[in-house]
Amino acid sequence: MPLDAVVNILVSGLLTGLVFGLSALGLSAIFGVTRIVNFAHGEMMVLGMYLALVIFKWTGIAPLVAVPIVGAVLFCVGYALQASLVNRILTAPEHMQFLLLAAVAIILIALLFIVFGPNAQNVALESAYDSFEIGFLIVDAHRVYAGVGALIVSGLLFAFFRFHPLGKAIRACADNLRGAEIVGLDVRHLFALTFGIGAACIGAAGCIILMLVDVHPHLAPSYTLLAFIVVIVGGMGSLSGALVAGALIGMSEALAGLLLQPSLKSVFSFALLILVLLLRPQGLLGVKAR
Amino acid sequence: MSGAALSVRGLSKSFKGLRAVSEVSFEVGAGAIVALIGPNGAGKTTIFNMIAGVFAPDSGSAALDGRALIGLRPDQVCHAGIGRTFQIVRPFGGLSVADNVAIGALRAAASREEAEAKAESVMRILDLWSKRRQRAASLTLPDRKRLEVARALATGPRLLLLDEVMAGLRPTEVDTMVAVFRDLNRSLGITILLIEHVMRAVMALAQSIVVLHHGEVIAQGAPAAVVQDPKVLESYLGEETAL
Amino acid sequence: MSLLRGVPRRGLILLALFVAAMALAPLYAGAYLLSVLTLILYFAYLGQAWNIMMGFAGQLSLGHALYVGLGAYSSAALFVHFGLPPAVGLFVGALLAAVAGTAIGFLGFRFGIQGVYFALLTIAFAEFVRILFEHFAWVGGTAGLFLPVSNRSDIDVLALRGTPEMFYYVILVMTLAALALSRALLRSRLGYYWLAIREDQEAAESLGIDVFRYKMIAVALSAALTALAGVFYAFFYNNLFPHQIFAMDSSIELLLGAIIGGVGTLFGPIVGAFILTPLSEGLSEVTEGLKIDGIKQLVYGICVVVIVLFRPEGVWPWIARRLGLDGEARRGDEP
Repeated sequence: MPLDAVVNILVSGLLTGLVFGLSALGLSAIFGVTRIVNFAHGEMMVLGMYLALVIFKWTGIAPLVAVPIVGAVLFCVGYALQASLVNRILTAPEHMQFLLLAAVAIILIALLFIVFGPNAQNVALESAYDSFEIGFLIVDAHRVYAGVGALIVSGLLFAFFRFHPLGKAIRACADNLRGAEIVGLDVRHLFALTFGIGAACIGAAGCIILMLVDVHPHLAPSYTLLAFIVVIVGGMGSLSGALVAGALIGMSEALAGLLLQPSLKSVFSFALLILVLLLRPQGLLGVKAR
Repeated sequence: MSGAALSVRGLSKSFKGLRAVSEVSFEVGAGAIVALIGPNGAGKTTIFNMIAGVFAPDSGSAALDGRALIGLRPDQVCHAGIGRTFQIVRPFGGLSVADNVAIGALRAAASREEAEAKAESVMRILDLWSKRRQRAASLTLPDRKRLEVARALATGPRLLLLDEVMAGLRPTEVDTMVAVFRDLNRSLGITILLIEHVMRAVMALAQSIVVLHHGEVIAQGAPAAVVQDPKVLESYLGEETAL
Repeated sequence: MSLLRGVPRRGLILLALFVAAMALAPLYAGAYLLSVLTLILYFAYLGQAWNIMMGFAGQLSLGHALYVGLGAYSSAALFVHFGLPPAVGLFVGALLAAVAGTAIGFLGFRFGIQGVYFALLTIAFAEFVRILFEHFAWVGGTAGLFLPVSNRSDIDVLALRGTPEMFYYVILVMTLAALALSRALLRSRLGYYWLAIREDQEAAESLGIDVFRYKMIAVALSAALTALAGVFYAFFYNNLFPHQIFAMDSSIELLLGAIIGGVGTLFGPIVGAFILTPLSEGLSEVTEGLKIDGIKQLVYGICVVVIVLFRPEGVWPWIARRLGLDGEARRGDEP
């Protein structure tokens, strides 16, 4: 196996992994603040993909450029979802939270199925066959755009949580909910905001991944599972962990696809997940659960 | 069922560099009632947790009638003869009072019927029999405290670790609880080690007091002497402790 | 019978009526209704098996399809390759599932993995095994495993070959047996300890309960029972595909009824199955005419959301109250 082929594959995997890292950021942010695991994650991502598809088909705007629009729409979806439904089960037992979100997932996919049908669709961009060459490295242009796009959106998210007063308020909720309530923060609104922001990240990730993958309704469960793996490996509630783990998982899947068969590519990810759960359940960069 | 003797030697525990418990040693004779007092954060519940097997000490030992306790799991500690309550009560909220106590009684019972019979006698002692069908989550705080004690008592312990069971109770309720413990100690001989802030209960029950401050024992002995001890007055009781 | 001690008379009568109605079903039900009833009972059985782990011991498993698949594949493979009847194969399947469950339980509980993390662990294992089976040539891989379909009118119960009526009675007996087992467990020391663990693990430990051991028993038992449903599935449908039987969707499907009906209750899983399966079938019928794919799933999802929001403790407790069956809070007797 020539080294440059391996490196090419790894870089490819890393860039794709960054997009999954972005989607995992959404999952992680939601969990870190509201302690709710969003089982409708993959469905939201697929929704983002379809939105980007529609925008492209109607206006010709490329997915990468459509990210802000898709993000905004998914933000509204997430906010509404939290404010109307999720809010009621914040303190319910876990299996109930799971069931509600699983049902939402079913509804979302059913809607997408009705509107778009079961067949795979994609965006045909002229730049699809471009590539960058640096030395022996040959990478698809789309992959580079995807990875960079994911990094930019992630950066915006980090900046928001770090510097913006709302972001700080949300972090306060995550650190100490009772304390946040006591100092007068409107926790319900902040929770809904967080869900919205998380959904926006997921939508952005979906929008970006459309450049690399065809969309069809059955993608959702595997995306949900992938995001779970990334979040657990990186650490639930750790934003940087999500990106790092995303890159790691992206690379391991690429490697597995190369060394074994493409259909076995998830095996490494699962092995990694099980190892992390056993040896370091808080994740590589996570903080021990409260 | 007669009481067991507890021997604690050189118990120490640090949490991330903070010395929570430092070289604590004391004895609780069989059938005795000893109180462990001290300001919040002094390490009292940490000591309980180490005796009860929730986590291990960094060094030191604890033994019940000579049998080593360190290294045992909490359920094994219970089988050895120690029953404990939690500072913040933890009833099985979705179950009835009777079921809560019966679960405790199952430890030493051969059958469900035997456990239920034992549970009944314990509930009567702690005046919970009339509330036996109520859901534990719907009980008032004093009743929950009584349930916590009843459940631990049902396991048939020879030593009871009581963690601030009087907190939040009115003076009359405190007196009732004190009477219950005195009776249990007299009739069944159960050894009692209690953590308490309510000095009224401490003075009424304790035959000996161990005072903890910043993880160290600063005084121990007969109640009358301990409460006059200047170190104790300075760190915990204050000059105007009315008894 | 001690199992029925303490049950209010009204409840006993209703139970007897229910059992009678179900036992006599092949006499009055047409072929289609019988097949729906068979499906309902299949999910009622599965729900009960899952309920032992979640409802009684409080451990959320979202990858239970793993055990269905193990039961199905082992008994089917033994039948196809060695001619071993399912009456024998079921023991292998149950054992395999119990071992798998024990392994997952051990890894999870020894390392203190709780709640949602444990649930994710179960999902990961189910998916992992699915991928393995897709590459497992001896059982057909992705192309699937097919059982020889025999003459449907010859009844051979031990080989699970026969008429739809035979299969109906097999699953009915399984469901009733699971009900009796659940009832017996709930009233036993095991059941009490499970409930204590479900409520508060640390408090349970302080009362002398070996939490690890009892959680393991719950997982192993639940897994073994679930595998038996897999055996039924294999011989009823006569074809197995990894992407179907080990799928996350399957794991979700089998627990929906139990949660909707009421987790931790005795009749919850059965009631849930009687609500969801007809709902699903009925919706299929109704929406088929509309020729819009996906409508059924949409309505189904909305129904589930409505039930979760308005009957969070499950539909059965509400029904029990309406029928005056709940009595006082004596847990041992409450349905």
